[in-house]
Amino acid sequence: MYKILVLFAHPALQKSIAHKSLFNAIQDIEGITCHDLYDAYPDSFINIKHEQQLLLNHDIIVLQFPLYWYSCPAILKEWQDLVLEHGFAYGEHGDKLVGKKIMLAISTGGSANSYSTTGYNEHDISQFLLPFSQMSKLCNLDYLSPFVVNDIHKRHDAARITRKSQEYRQLLLTLQQCDNPVTARQEYN
Amino acid sequence: MEHGVLFNIFIYLAAGVIAVPIAKRLGLGSVLGYLIAGVIVGPYALSLISNQEDVMHVAEFGVVMMLFLVGLELRPALLWQLKMPILGTGGLQLCATTLCIFLILLACDLAWQTALAIGLIVALSSTAIVLQNLQERELMKTEAGKNAFAVLLFQDIAVIPILSLLPLLVIQDTAIVESTTSGWLSALMIAGVIAGIIIGGHFLVVPLLRIIAGSRSREIFIATALALVVGIALAMEAVGLSAALGTFLAGVVLADSEYRHELESDIEPFKSLLLGIFFISVGASIDFTLLLEQPVLVAMLVTGLIAVKFIVLFITGIVFKIQRSQNWLFSCALAQGGEFAFVLTSFALQRQVLDNEIASLLVLVVTLSMVFTPLLLIINDKIIAPTFKRKLPRDESENKAAPEHQIPDDTDSSVIIAGFGGFGQVVGRLLHGYHINTTILENDVGQIELLQQFKYKVFYGDAEQLNLLHAAGADNAKLFIIAVESASRTKRILIQVKKHFPHLNVLVRATDRNHAQQLIRLGADHVFRESLDSGISLGVEALKALGMRANQAHRAGQVFRRHDEAVLHEEAKRMHDQEPEFVNRSLTERRILKKLLGLDALTYYDNLNDAWSTEAHSNEEKNTVGNLAAAHKHNKSASEQS
Repeated sequence: MYKILVLFAHPALQKSIAHKSLFNAIQDIEGITCHDLYDAYPDSFINIKHEQQLLLNHDIIVLQFPLYWYSCPAILKEWQDLVLEHGFAYGEHGDKLVGKKIMLAISTGGSANSYSTTGYNEHDISQFLLPFSQMSKLCNLDYLSPFVVNDIHKRHDAARITRKSQEYRQLLLTLQQCDNPVTARQEYN
Repeated sequence: MEHGVLFNIFIYLAAGVIAVPIAKRLGLGSVLGYLIAGVIVGPYALSLISNQEDVMHVAEFGVVMMLFLVGLELRPALLWQLKMPILGTGGLQLCATTLCIFLILLACDLAWQTALAIGLIVALSSTAIVLQNLQERELMKTEAGKNAFAVLLFQDIAVIPILSLLPLLVIQDTAIVESTTSGWLSALMIAGVIAGIIIGGHFLVVPLLRIIAGSRSREIFIATALALVVGIALAMEAVGLSAALGTFLAGVVLADSEYRHELESDIEPFKSLLLGIFFISVGASIDFTLLLEQPVLVAMLVTGLIAVKFIVLFITGIVFKIQRSQNWLFSCALAQGGEFAFVLTSFALQRQVLDNEIASLLVLVVTLSMVFTPLLLIINDKIIAPTFKRKLPRDESENKAAPEHQIPDDTDSSVIIAGFGGFGQVVGRLLHGYHINTTILENDVGQIELLQQFKYKVFYGDAEQLNLLHAAGADNAKLFIIAVESASRTKRILIQVKKHFPHLNVLVRATDRNHAQQLIRLGADHVFRESLDSGISLGVEALKALGMRANQAHRAGQVFRRHDEAVLHEEAKRMHDQEPEFVNRSLTERRILKKLLGLDALTYYDNLNDAWSTEAHSNEEKNTVGNLAAAHKHNKSASEQS
């Protein structure tokens, strides 16, 4: 069984529509460490050693966050800047993460159609997430295709969110058991 | 003569001291202990006490005090929130029980006045027995517990109209003409006294208590509280009204004042002692000759009373949709006559509403029904409740579906702040700003006055006192914040809270490092040194003034804080085994300071290493490119594998 680390970044969980439900759905799973960054570091003072140890202790890293201005909330950027150090995650001797998997679990306000060359966002979602996929490449992480909940602004009925949360939970359970998550993720899509 | 009085007092107290713990051990509750003690020292057993009638009359004052306390519990706002359960459940219970008993007794050929009087008297349940039993079983928070409390409240209030109704039920109607002539005058006097209590309570008693509290003399405060209750009782009796009504009203008026908890904890011991003596004298007055003369009749009456009350309660429970398993508990708990029956019976006897024979039979039946209540509850625990346990999952879901807000908790808030000086105010204002209710304990009168202008809920009292902590709701609170100024008082409060309320999360203000370590060793969950944060802020400002960029200075402050906290806890742990009192304090402090200064090479603890740095990169630009290439290769081979 693979150990999963979920790094969760949501600055206003009290206003959350999707993520509260998504994050709740995976709380009780054995072998999954849920790490709420804003709760752990309210002053953004990230404990670098602790975070690096967490990464070392897990096989699959999930970055869960709402897409704000086509990027992640500030604390996750801070986390990247501080934790993914030269000599740890990349660069000379920076091989500590080699072979681990990484997946994004995000929500977007716009619809799936808006994230296309014909939509008002003009680009595919994978293009917006380029910094993350390239970061993964530099850190020798296997980048799995992201889990995306679209259209939060318009379609936020409870039934849909509950369904998505169950899908998310099921996905993590599958990843936990699957020897080849890259294919598992492809099959899922 | 004097010897006789002292001897009587000794017998009463000793009887209670011996019987109550034994009764509690046997699961019968303290009230039953007193009653049994009364029987044992009474004329039918050891015959150790004389003139228990007089004693009973004096001890009835305990009931007056009890109503004062009930009034204090009943803030007008709480009364309003509980209006449905109180008026609905309580009202239906009382009316239906009275009606049933009335009809049954009419059928037994009693005069309608007598039947109605008895119906009203036995419809009341025993607040003391029920609350005592439910609290001992920790059932007050359950649906049954809350509803029982609501019914008892309604009954406590209903005593007052019943007291004024009973004299009208005199069978000889000669007195009525006489009373109507003075009726207008007495009505005016009554209205005057009640208005006096309400207005005087607000505008005289509260300022008076403020002055008394300002003198910081505890016994004078207690004396004031007692004088207040006795004085109101006298005033009410002077106009021919029940003392209980007056003190109840005074209680409600004072329930919103900041001295509520202090009054409660001061009056409570007197009430309990007097009620204890009252119960002993009741036990002593059980008429065993009567019981032996007519055992069958008494047994039938007791069974009948409990059965009628139980059935009415059960139906009431169904009408107001109490869960089935809770309804059994609710009905078992309240199916007895109460201590008010004794008061009302002796009152009715004085006013010749009931004759001697009926009155003594009534007291006997009510007493015996009270004796059987704990037994009924034990039966419910052992036999009835287990049958519902098996269906627990369904029950639980019902429980969740029941609207939480329907019956509010009797607790005021889940946060208690002891000490509301400058430090406590910051905490209180922050919580207040987010609409979190806090109970504040403060013994500086000036502070209380000021804060009340801003609608804070502040109570006068010394947080070291266990009974005040109980009264302030420490049993049900979540957080306890100690923000008093004195270091030694802080420790005493912490010890008291940790010992008696281990469930509480305790956040404590510490004066300095040494104090903080002592508090950690005493079990404080979180310790906050009052000088730390402001010291750090000043240090950060100093770094900025010396030219450090603001965010770097800020980070330096964060590093320092974490480092210092870590060292503090480590030291506290290490010193745990040593006896700190025997260590020369200034020497220790100097040693610690020396060590701290040595440890404060903060740049070492700021383990940023290479983050936000470009040095490492430029050194090995080539390597990075190589690394990227390797990553590319790695990914490629990974995808080839799949």
